[in-house]
Amino acid sequence: MQTRAERIRDALQAAFPSAEVRVQDDSHRHAGHAGARPEGETHYTVEVVSPAFAGMSRVARSRAAHAVLAPEFGSGLHALSLRLLTPEEAGRG
Amino acid sequence: MTNPVFERIENEIKENPVVLYMKGTPVFPQCGFSARVVQILSHVGVPFKGVNVLEDMELREGIKQFTNWPTIPQLYVKGEFVGGCDIVMEMYQSGELQALLKEKGIPTSAEA
Repeated sequence: MQTRAERIRDALQAAFPSAEVRVQDDSHRHAGHAGARPEGETHYTVEVVSPAFAGMSRVARSRAAHAVLAPEFGSGLHALSLRLLTPEEAGRG
Repeated sequence: MTNPVFERIENEIKENPVVLYMKGTPVFPQCGFSARVVQILSHVGVPFKGVNVLEDMELREGIKQFTNWPTIPQLYVKGEFVGGCDIVMEMYQSGELQALLKEKGIPTSAEA
């Protein structure tokens, strides 16, 4: 069975085919906090570097990522830290 | 049918120039992400209204639908959604947050 981190990565990679996608599970750092679950898989940091973000506002980029990850938010994903950059912004242009 | 809590949110963001929907209060934030935004706003020196979504389940879910944004905190300036913790942090670091407040005519007490 896939972990949530793997599902997040796969979903974003499918939505942004040419992107560099990095997913980090931070759930252990939030153990015992509100929103944390004993089984973890609640808090993530995600970086996506994709040319698709060019011309999009920060809010629009995040909404695009949220839309892709809606099923995860619906199943216990509590916190998502997003870094969404174009290759130029990431210094890879 | 419109969610009745939407009207409350609309009034709140119309009547207050800077509103932060957060977990806990500005003095006692109950979430690290909310605490970080409070810290940034305090550092910039902008007065804001903190609204504790933990006190009201309808608001807690309603604000997510209203903004079309799945997480808390959420910052509104002059009735416009600015972003959550990541965006506010990025905008603060780049100086865009300070520029936005200035452009909207909101006085700040510190030039950070």
